[in-house]
Amino acid sequence: MKSVIVKNVLGLRDWIDQRFPLIQLWNEHVGQYYAPKNFNFWYYFGVLALVVLVIQIVTGIWLVMSYKPDANFAFASVEYIMRDVEWGWLIRYMHSTGASFFFIVIYLHMFRGIMYGSYQKPRELLWILGMCLYLALMAEAFFGYLLPWGQMSYWGAQVIISLFGAIPFVGETLSLWIRGDYVVSDITLNRFFAFHVIALPFAIAGLVVLHILALHHVGSNNPDGIDIKANKNAQGKPVDGIPFHPYYTTKDAPAVVALLILMAVVIFFAPEMGGYFLEHNNFVPADPLTTPEHIAPVWYFTPFYSILRANTVNFFMVPAKLWGVIFMGLGTMVFFLLPWLDKGKVRSIRYRGWIYKTALGLFVVSFLILGYLGLLPPTPARTALAQVCTVIYFLFFLLMPFYTKWDKTKPVPERVT
Amino acid sequence: MSSDSIDMERRQFLTGTATVLGGVGASVAAIPFVSTFQPSARAKAIGAPVEANIDQLEPGQRVTYKWRGKPVWVVRRTEEQLKALEDSTAVLADPESAKSTQPVFAENSWRSLNREYLVLVGICTHLGCSPSFRPLLSDEIMGADWQGGFYCPCHGSKFDLSGRVYAGVPAPTNMEVPPYKFLTDTRILIGESEEAGS
Amino acid sequence: MVKIISYLGLIFWAQLSMSSEGGTKLMQANVDIANTVSLQNGAKLFINYCVSCHSAEYMRYNRMAKDLGLSDDMVKKNLMFASDKIGDTMTIAMRPDDAEQWFGVRPPDLSVIARSKGVDYLYSFLNGFYVDPSRPTGVNNYYYPNTAMPHVLWELQGLQDNHGDAYQTSSDGEMTPVQYQQATRDLVAFLDYVGEPAKLVRYKIGFWVIAFLLVLFLVACMVKKEYWKDIH
Repeated sequence: MKSVIVKNVLGLRDWIDQRFPLIQLWNEHVGQYYAPKNFNFWYYFGVLALVVLVIQIVTGIWLVMSYKPDANFAFASVEYIMRDVEWGWLIRYMHSTGASFFFIVIYLHMFRGIMYGSYQKPRELLWILGMCLYLALMAEAFFGYLLPWGQMSYWGAQVIISLFGAIPFVGETLSLWIRGDYVVSDITLNRFFAFHVIALPFAIAGLVVLHILALHHVGSNNPDGIDIKANKNAQGKPVDGIPFHPYYTTKDAPAVVALLILMAVVIFFAPEMGGYFLEHNNFVPADPLTTPEHIAPVWYFTPFYSILRANTVNFFMVPAKLWGVIFMGLGTMVFFLLPWLDKGKVRSIRYRGWIYKTALGLFVVSFLILGYLGLLPPTPARTALAQVCTVIYFLFFLLMPFYTKWDKTKPVPERVT
Repeated sequence: MSSDSIDMERRQFLTGTATVLGGVGASVAAIPFVSTFQPSARAKAIGAPVEANIDQLEPGQRVTYKWRGKPVWVVRRTEEQLKALEDSTAVLADPESAKSTQPVFAENSWRSLNREYLVLVGICTHLGCSPSFRPLLSDEIMGADWQGGFYCPCHGSKFDLSGRVYAGVPAPTNMEVPPYKFLTDTRILIGESEEAGS
Repeated sequence: MVKIISYLGLIFWAQLSMSSEGGTKLMQANVDIANTVSLQNGAKLFINYCVSCHSAEYMRYNRMAKDLGLSDDMVKKNLMFASDKIGDTMTIAMRPDDAEQWFGVRPPDLSVIARSKGVDYLYSFLNGFYVDPSRPTGVNNYYYPNTAMPHVLWELQGLQDNHGDAYQTSSDGEMTPVQYQQATRDLVAFLDYVGEPAKLVRYKIGFWVIAFLLVLFLVACMVKKEYWKDIH
């Protein structure tokens, strides 16, 4: 009996395989994909990002079933999901918690890339695709945040769209065009809804496929920054590589469960996360006539928000507001240049000298401080601190060609450690 | 690679356990997603029982109420009409209401709690049209065997004044009687009956 | 370098402590939404004193009945207007325009007030009314200066004078100060529940979900260890 089932399943597999490269795909990307055997903690976050993406897509589909993208009904429909739809609260919290976790995971994933030089040749395009994903994700989060139509949704969108007004000559027209109205209104909500649930999810899914294809073409980097393909055995397999399945599938599984545990803790015990994941003022319906006393973006945008606010001086005939927008834009875009800014001879931080380590450390600290300051209302002292951190932030990139060149590197071993 | 230290049985057992546990987890996680498709609290509130006030209803008249988005009729039948219900069983497909949907108390020839008052979901059991009310005991258009009742304009199904279907028409069963109860002599609550589970 | 970092750290810390001192210090509500009796009492106060002006337009009476262990008939008889149905939400008869004319503002819907303002604020607010003849309502509020809301619970609390932080009762109410605090605590607990009815179940479900995931985590770790015996 059992053998009959097995025979039929195998038969079906072969039937498909004759018509579709099933086994070939499996082998290329899972079964025979050789990954370095020395992945450490930092290498979990790619697969975790994929898990969060799936959670967001599934819960998102379910939310759309009850959500109404209409300025008159949006806020009420979210409360309808939270109360009247059976288990709606759980699905909504999964989605709102997933949004923050997406950024946690992506920031750690990016930090891994920087730390181990994963953007260096031949992985420049892989890095660029990843950066595109990051930008798409930020847009996705921004559009999605308007949908609950609370006060923070409304004024957050209002402020960010107004930034485009700082662009000379076309700014005001551009803001008007994005909103489709003189203020953020029903039509803006509908547009953002279309972007959030259709356009950007398609873009993100496509970019993820490209990102993985590029990765599997050039092969994974590793904490030693060694090219494992340079050292192959008689069968032509990398000596320091192991098949993704079963070794990394079994290694990633506990990490996925650990992520789910962390998410469950937030979902069930602190879904608002003290007002950082779900802001208190967003439980007040959007009111175009009253701005909340203190508005801050959600935590994952605050480093860039701080950079925006840190620009308080008009110079070179350009108003401070425009500088803010320029620097905020540069602050995100500058990551694209990393493969060409880094002149280091080694990839991994393990074999870099003290200058690079200090620079990266300062960068991370300034990024975190900027993020923290972005949550607080500005004071002169805070603005000064944000300015210092903004300078450090950009110096990390500007000076990179020099300090990575001058930095004393250690010899890289032949084999992974 | 020292294969002697590898216990394949243990490996298979652990993999199996993990797969089963993961499968259980995934199935349980699917429950909330499946449950969201149930009618929401709002749908239930809108579909809540409806009160019908019938103290103005004269014999031979019909009033229509809306319950769960469907028309529900309350018909007050005259004595002649009630008598005709007992005489006309020969032309009916299911005079004992064996195949149709109704509360237990309505499994009789007048299909109601109180002989005089018929409470009926006004939807033809064929394809969901709402039949028209033709209460006259003799109606030339309706033919010789007509005893008063309901006529569906969509596909010509005929029902008597108890909502019982005529033989030889497209509708398969008698019309549905909803659960209901009398709150007082003149107030009916449609959508809830004294029977358990309805 | 160390100096700079420690200097930055100092500023940082100074900022941090500064921000926590801003604003009026709130009283601690210490609500317990697992206490059904407290919620029931809060519901009674809410219906009797709040729902004449404030709606809770997302909260259904029958949901409240089920969650608070009350029967539908009990709620219908004691806590609802006769014209409402048990599945209805807690709406009010007052028209928004009228409200605006009478109070100058539209009394806010209270469905999610506990989520936007926090329970401590609500508790403080309900305990913060004091006599102020300059106000049209005759009272002012320590935690929400110049509020348009009259002191609806004054019969229970009595009236108090404001001397900075300390209050002095200027007329006795039906309740002792301790009773009044408990009553407002119950009311705020009820509002907390109304803000998120799922709160009553999510802790329990969360416990089992996490317990299951921990077991799964252990097994997954064992599987990983077993397979990685191959790798040297």
